[in-house]
Amino acid sequence: MRKARGATAPLAVTVGLGFASGLLLILQAGWLARVLDRVFLQGQALGEVANLLWGIAGLVALRALLAWLSEIFAFQAAARVKHDLRTALYRHLLRLGPAYVASERTGAVTTTAVEHVEAVEAFFARYLPQLALAALVPLAILAFVFPLDPASGVILLVTAPLMPFFMVLIGAWAERLTARQWRELSRMGGHFLDVLQGLTTLKIFGRSRAYVEVIREVTDRFRDTTLGVLRVAFLSALTLELLATISTALVAVGVGLRLLYGHLPFYEAFFVLLLAPEFYQPLRNLGTQFHAAMGAAEAARHIFEILETPAPSRPGPRVAVPETRPFALELRNLTFRYRPRDPPVLENLSLDLAPGERVAVVGPSGAGKTTLFRLILGFYQPTEGEILAQGRPIQRMDPEAWRRLIAWVPQRPYLFYGTVWENLRLASPEASDEEILQACQRAQAHDFIEQLPQGYDTLIGERGVRLSGGQAQRLALARALLRDAPLVLLDEPTAHLDRATEERIQETLERWTRGRTTLVIAHRLRTIRWVDRVVVLENGRLVEQGPPEVLLRKGGAFAELLAAYGGYLP
Amino acid sequence: MRTFGRLLGIVLPAWRWMLVSVFLGACTVAANIGLMTTAAYLIASAALHPPLGTLFVPITGVRFFGISRGVFRYGERLVTHNTTFRILARLRVWFYERLERLAPARLQGYRSGDLLSRMISDIETLEHFYVRVLAPPLVAVLILLGAFFLLRHFVGTGPAVGILLFWGGAGILVPWLVERWARKPGQQWIRRRGDLSAHLVDGIQGMPDLLAFGAHHRKAKTLDHLSRRLIADQTRLSAITGFASAAMLAATHLAVIAVLVWAIPQVARGELAGVLLPVVALLVLTSFEAVMPLPEAFQFLGKSLEAARRLFRVVDTPVPVQDPPASATPRDFSVDIQDLWFRYDPVEPWVLRGVDLHLREGERVLLMGPSGAGKTTLVALLLRFWDYERGSLRLGGHELKAYRADDVRRWIAVLDQKPYLFNTTIRENLLLARPEATQEEIEQACRVAQIHDFIQSLPEGYDTYVGEGGVRLSGGQAQRIAIARAVLRGAPIWILDEPTEGLDALTEQALLQTLEQALEGRTVLIISHRPLALRRLDRVLWMENGRLEEVPLRRRERF
Repeated sequence: MRKARGATAPLAVTVGLGFASGLLLILQAGWLARVLDRVFLQGQALGEVANLLWGIAGLVALRALLAWLSEIFAFQAAARVKHDLRTALYRHLLRLGPAYVASERTGAVTTTAVEHVEAVEAFFARYLPQLALAALVPLAILAFVFPLDPASGVILLVTAPLMPFFMVLIGAWAERLTARQWRELSRMGGHFLDVLQGLTTLKIFGRSRAYVEVIREVTDRFRDTTLGVLRVAFLSALTLELLATISTALVAVGVGLRLLYGHLPFYEAFFVLLLAPEFYQPLRNLGTQFHAAMGAAEAARHIFEILETPAPSRPGPRVAVPETRPFALELRNLTFRYRPRDPPVLENLSLDLAPGERVAVVGPSGAGKTTLFRLILGFYQPTEGEILAQGRPIQRMDPEAWRRLIAWVPQRPYLFYGTVWENLRLASPEASDEEILQACQRAQAHDFIEQLPQGYDTLIGERGVRLSGGQAQRLALARALLRDAPLVLLDEPTAHLDRATEERIQETLERWTRGRTTLVIAHRLRTIRWVDRVVVLENGRLVEQGPPEVLLRKGGAFAELLAAYGGYLP
Repeated sequence: MRTFGRLLGIVLPAWRWMLVSVFLGACTVAANIGLMTTAAYLIASAALHPPLGTLFVPITGVRFFGISRGVFRYGERLVTHNTTFRILARLRVWFYERLERLAPARLQGYRSGDLLSRMISDIETLEHFYVRVLAPPLVAVLILLGAFFLLRHFVGTGPAVGILLFWGGAGILVPWLVERWARKPGQQWIRRRGDLSAHLVDGIQGMPDLLAFGAHHRKAKTLDHLSRRLIADQTRLSAITGFASAAMLAATHLAVIAVLVWAIPQVARGELAGVLLPVVALLVLTSFEAVMPLPEAFQFLGKSLEAARRLFRVVDTPVPVQDPPASATPRDFSVDIQDLWFRYDPVEPWVLRGVDLHLREGERVLLMGPSGAGKTTLVALLLRFWDYERGSLRLGGHELKAYRADDVRRWIAVLDQKPYLFNTTIRENLLLARPEATQEEIEQACRVAQIHDFIQSLPEGYDTYVGEGGVRLSGGQAQRIAIARAVLRGAPIWILDEPTEGLDALTEQALLQTLEQALEGRTVLIISHRPLALRRLDRVLWMENGRLEEVPLRRRERF
């Protein structure tokens, strides 16, 4: 909770306001007891207690104002914490890079950044101030009760610590049980989602109606087991409630009897009765916030897990990025594992690209082609070996400056929520409309963009118009074309496209990559007629390389891959 | 109001449990009122120093209420949870049953996981409809009725009605005002929050693209900005919620002052026993416990109705296909399509514009064409997910409309780009095709699909869980399981909808060889936007702009 520093001031104000309100409450109880005492026992008329009643009304108004302010400050505190956590989290994720995000399952990270950060609010806006008040207000009440009626004071003093004690003891244990049940519930929700997502499949197999019974059964079973657990878990609620009400009853009977025997005047007795439930109220409020606080603690754990993951450090002194265009790229004895125990994805891979050379990387899926690109982009660090650009290790370059030299078309480009313009300007914010239109025409994207509901102003991405895989890829290509970079990385640039479009794009690529050092991954072998050299990867190793025609004649691994396509090759 | 009524109709069958839970909830509040009023009565009586014996009843009362409150609370929470779970089951079954009738035709717009999860969270909202919306007002009505008659008995009708106004102000007027004030900033806040999470999701999932193009700093700045705007919205909202709690507090205590102002002269006039004055004051004070949850209930009512409206909109779409009472008997398994026209909606353009296609039994036909040409739509029509508008689509000599949809799907097996695997065992996924299949038959089908050896090599064999969406299997393996499923189904007609898309060349080739065997003797329609290396193909068709044309076999290399 170190990130909460920014929230200290509003939190302190919230607690201060709450405590002031607690003191006013004591005063109000005293004046109420005084009014009743004067009317009931001293037979005073309304006019004689009017001042006191007005006083109470004033106190009430003041407390209402304090309640209003404390709500505002509590939210301020929480909002500030959330803002700080959110920005810190995102900046740290950027430092950790795609390697971390991918290994931690993007979904989980996203949930943390979006939902867990929200969940922390309950902790700061509700639980923390309540925690302080649960300590302060009962103490203040005790300070008033003891001088008036020590016996009641003792009852309150003895029972007060029992409440947090039970809350922690039973509460934590019950909380674990309930938490397990909620997990169970969310698993059941997952099952429901699974069924809904697979509804088409169920329908095709004529099984969809039978699943009504499955759903009914799963939920019924869940109810039975859960109720069994809750029967125990709710004992904590029972205990807390019992403690508060029984000791209030004890205080009431005690002061009643002392009053009867004349040991205590009515005013004091009634004042103590009024204060007894108020004594427990902050503690009980704490109990109701307990659940939310546990949830927030769980959320915070997820957040700090990410924040405490150290960002990868870069070894050695910085070197400058290559100045020549195009430059040579050299992979020297590259070995890479995603996790230490995994089999290597790339194994002792060495490859030289002359400045401006265009090389195709082919091989079955899982051969390590996409991983190679990730290493060159600096998203992952090689386990062994190094990548040199113009003879300098890229690991020691400023990653941002290095990536500025690269134009990359990913296999599955990510479309951001925004207009087509915005997505295209990702690479070069200052590109003119003219340049963008031209790039789109060259990438065969212009025609379909024009046909979108609002053309280039159409919102795309998760919440906008959905584009097909082929369309997304053409946008990514246009994005890359806008970037005048000396190193080009193309990851299956024309998958998902029909033959005619593919042909036209290949022409564009052929022209564009001239004079740029280029690596292109291809599954469709006919798409690499224009490369200088083909490199065949298998299981992370380089098994064959050479100009395409030579390899074809040789009849090795490349020829075998070709055979997989039967007679449909160029 | 209509939405509310329908929603009530769905949860109402659990009314017995609801009654018990409301009763126990009222008892819990009543116990506290009882505790404080009898305690007040006890103290006030004691002040007059009567003999101890006369205090026996109030003392017992105080002890009884002191203990019973906890017990009632315990019972109430158990019963309430039970009720909630019952409602949860009903809701899910209700929603599933309706969705099932519409799937998949009417759900095309909702296919993405995003919208489905939204429906699920809507259902989860409604699962709490009873606890948060229905129960609090019912408990409040019970308690306040009781308190009203007690007050009328003690201080007369006028003051009782006066207190009723305070209850109404705190329980109805304040929530109503707050709802009105918070509506606009609330909507804005929700919109901004949605924007922020969309940008966050983009910023995390699109991180490689952002980093590669050096756009991550801009993204971080956008997030910062959005987050600040969100805080501003929230501050405005917290001022409104803060007003609500302030108003509740004021109403409670001002009501106590009001009842004293009415009752004190009555004591002076001797109309009200002085002993009862503290009782009346505490009765009013504690009765507000029943009012406290009302603003939240009001808020939740809005959310529930919105969620319900969204769900009703989904389930109220008309069922796309009407089944005949009984299926005709197909003469054979040929398909004959003549001048078939189809569009998804009368306002949308035609997707199929006069398709003619004849598939003889046992024939193997490749259908090619660019994406968006209508290939997938044609499959949806063949599977009777939609009814066609113009033209004729015959299966085995009868119009497709003469068959029940379930039967049609028994005769046609589909292999598409991404077979859906359920998050359960391989066996369960296979049994979907034929629930009564024996282990022998399952293994036989898996041998045809050439996946049996792989499954056997897994530590848990056929009982291996495939993970969410089948993540633990590769694309090729998932596709083979789908083939085994289709084999198990034993359908005479197979439709392959780009079954090898996204697989690499070697995997694709191996899969096609496997298919070669499985397809023996069946009527097969293969859909692809590029040629497939299948040894036997009887005909190749080209589809573009919703029309079909035959491609002479020798020219098929052109594509």
